[in-house]
Amino acid sequence: MSAVQTEGLVEVHGVHKSFGTLEVLSGVDLVVKPGEVTVVIGPSGSGKSTLLRVINHLEKVDRGFVAIDGDLIGYARKGDSLRELKEKDILRQRTRIGFVFQSFNLFPHLTALENVVEAPVSAQGRPRSEVEPEALALLDRVGLADKAGARPRQLSGGQQQRVAIARALATRPKVLLFDEPTSALDPELVGEVLDVIKDLARSGTTMIVVTHEIGFARELADTVVFIDGGRIVEQGPPAQVLDHPAHERTKAFLDKVL
Amino acid sequence: MSSSTLVRPPTVAGTDRATLERLRVLPARHPGRWIATAVVALVLAMVVNSLVTNTNWDWTTVGKYLTWPSILSGVWGTIRLTLAAAVIGFGLGTVLALMRLSRSPLLQSVAWLYIWVFRSVPLILQLLLWYNLAYLYPTLSIGVPFGPGFHDFETGNLVGKFGAAILGLGLSQAAYSAEIVRAGIIGVDQGQHEAAAALGIPRARQQTRIVLPQAMRTIVPTSVNEIIGLLKGTSVVYVLAYGELFYTVGVIYGRNLRVVPLLLVAAVWYLVLTTVLTIAQFYLERHYARGALRTLPPTPLQKARWSLLVAWARLRREPVPASVPAGWASANRTAGHLLRRGNTPSRRDQGGVA
Repeated sequence: MSAVQTEGLVEVHGVHKSFGTLEVLSGVDLVVKPGEVTVVIGPSGSGKSTLLRVINHLEKVDRGFVAIDGDLIGYARKGDSLRELKEKDILRQRTRIGFVFQSFNLFPHLTALENVVEAPVSAQGRPRSEVEPEALALLDRVGLADKAGARPRQLSGGQQQRVAIARALATRPKVLLFDEPTSALDPELVGEVLDVIKDLARSGTTMIVVTHEIGFARELADTVVFIDGGRIVEQGPPAQVLDHPAHERTKAFLDKVL
Repeated sequence: MSSSTLVRPPTVAGTDRATLERLRVLPARHPGRWIATAVVALVLAMVVNSLVTNTNWDWTTVGKYLTWPSILSGVWGTIRLTLAAAVIGFGLGTVLALMRLSRSPLLQSVAWLYIWVFRSVPLILQLLLWYNLAYLYPTLSIGVPFGPGFHDFETGNLVGKFGAAILGLGLSQAAYSAEIVRAGIIGVDQGQHEAAAALGIPRARQQTRIVLPQAMRTIVPTSVNEIIGLLKGTSVVYVLAYGELFYTVGVIYGRNLRVVPLLLVAAVWYLVLTTVLTIAQFYLERHYARGALRTLPPTPLQKARWSLLVAWARLRREPVPASVPAGWASANRTAGHLLRRGNTPSRRDQGGVA
C-alpha cells in the first residue's frame, strides 16, 4: 500500500507438509509483497492454519522453503547445503513475525501489560524502562489503556484478542500472521477486533490473515487466496476472487459462506 | 423490558394475591440433619470426656515433656531433615522432570531409570545403604573423570548420620517430586508453549516465566502432601540413631518407661508442624491462583473480619461498611444465621412463584 515499504516480503515456495499419512499442504507457492494484506480463505481442514504455522516455523516443512526478506526461516545456507538452525536462532527469527492465535493464548498469570512487555524484554533484550511506555502505547492503540493491570480472565474475549494483538506487535515485527482471530468470539465482539486489524492493515504492515469474514477480505485485502485440499486453487484481488471466481470449487465455497 | 409485560395477575395458584401475601413463610424442616447432629455431638462428648477423665493419658507428663530441651532439639532435627530433603528432593526432582521432557533420548532414559530405581527400593533400605557407603567406597576424591584425583575424603567423615539421612530422604523424594513436576508441566495448555515460542521467548525463560508458574497450581497441593509425608517419613531415620523427634522420644521412654505420654508428645509436635505446612499450602495455592480465578478466595482472616463487620452492622441496623466486598453479606450465611429468625428478608423479598 504505502510506497516506501521495503521490509516484510514473504515468500513461500513449494511447501509440503504431512501429519502422519495425511498431506495437509501439497506444494504451496505464495508471495506476499511488503506492506500488502493477504487474506486466506477456504474450508476447514484445507491447510490454511498449517500454512500460517509453517511461515513462522511452528511447524517444520517436509519439503520447500519459507523466506522473509530473503532470509530462509529455520535454515541457513552453507555453500551447497542448508543447515537447520538451532532453536535459539529460530526463536530470534520469530521476533520478526507476529502471530495472533484463534484462542488468544494470552499468559493467564500475567497482567495485560506484562503479557505485552515479556517478549521485547526477554527475547530481544531491550530494557524494561524503554519497553513499558511503548507497551502502554500499544494497549492504548487497541483501546485498552485502562486494562493494563487486568489479567486475561478478567477481560472479555474481544478484549483478550486485542491484548494478544498488542503483544504480537510488541517485538516490532515486519510480518503479522492472524490465525482466525475472530472465530472464538461472540458475534457482537467480532467488530472491535476487526477494527483493530483494519487499523493495522492501513498502517502498512505485511499481513496474512486466515479468516471466514468475507466482508473483511473484500474491504481490506490486496490479495485473496482460496486454498482447498492443501493447494492454492486461485488467488487475486478480492473483486476477482470473491465476485468472479474462476474455479468451481471457489464458487461452491463462496456460495456456502456468503 | 416494557411495563406492559409486567401485568400483575389477580390470582396466583388459584388464591387471590392479598390472602397469599398475608401468609407466614416457615423454613423447611430437616429432621434427619438434627438426628445426625445429635449423634455426632454425643460421640464427640464421649471422646472429650474420656480424654479428660482417663488418667492413663497422663496429660501432666505430656505437658512436662512437650517443651523438654532434648525434645525441642529433636523437633529441630526433624525440621532440619525435612527442609534439607525437600530442597534436594524438589530441586533434583525439577531437573529430572525437565530431563524426562527433553528431546534427548539419553537424558530421558537416565531420568526414567533414576525414578524407577529410587521409587522401587524401600526408604529404610536406602537410608542404611547410604549410611554404609564407606563399605563400598572407603574414600571419595575430587578430580578429572577417569584421571588423577586432586583431593581425597574419608567417606565416613563426609557422609555421617545427617548426611546419610538427607541423601536417603532427598534422593528418594526427588523421584516422586519429578513425577509431580512433570505432571504439572504437561498439564499446562499446549497453546501456552506455542504462544511463548511464537513470541521468540528463549527456552529457559519459557519454562521459568510461562510454564512453571502455571504448572505450580497443580504442583503445590500434591507437593505439600509429599512434604507432609516427608516430615513424618523423617521418623524412619531413627534406624540411623539420628536425633530427630521420634528417635528422641524413644530414647526418653526407654529410660522412664512412660511410653504412651511420650508418643503423645511426638504426635502433638507432628500435628503442630503439619498445621504450619497446611497454612503455608493455603497461601501458596492462593498465590498461584492469580490468573486462574477472576477473584481470589478470601483468607480466613479476611473472612473473620468481614463476618464481624457484617454482624456488627446488622446489630446496629446500619449499612454494611464499604470495605466488605459486595456479595459477601448476602452470600455469607454464618453471620446472618445467628441473628435472623424465621422469614428472613434476604432469603426472599416478597411474592411467590406458582
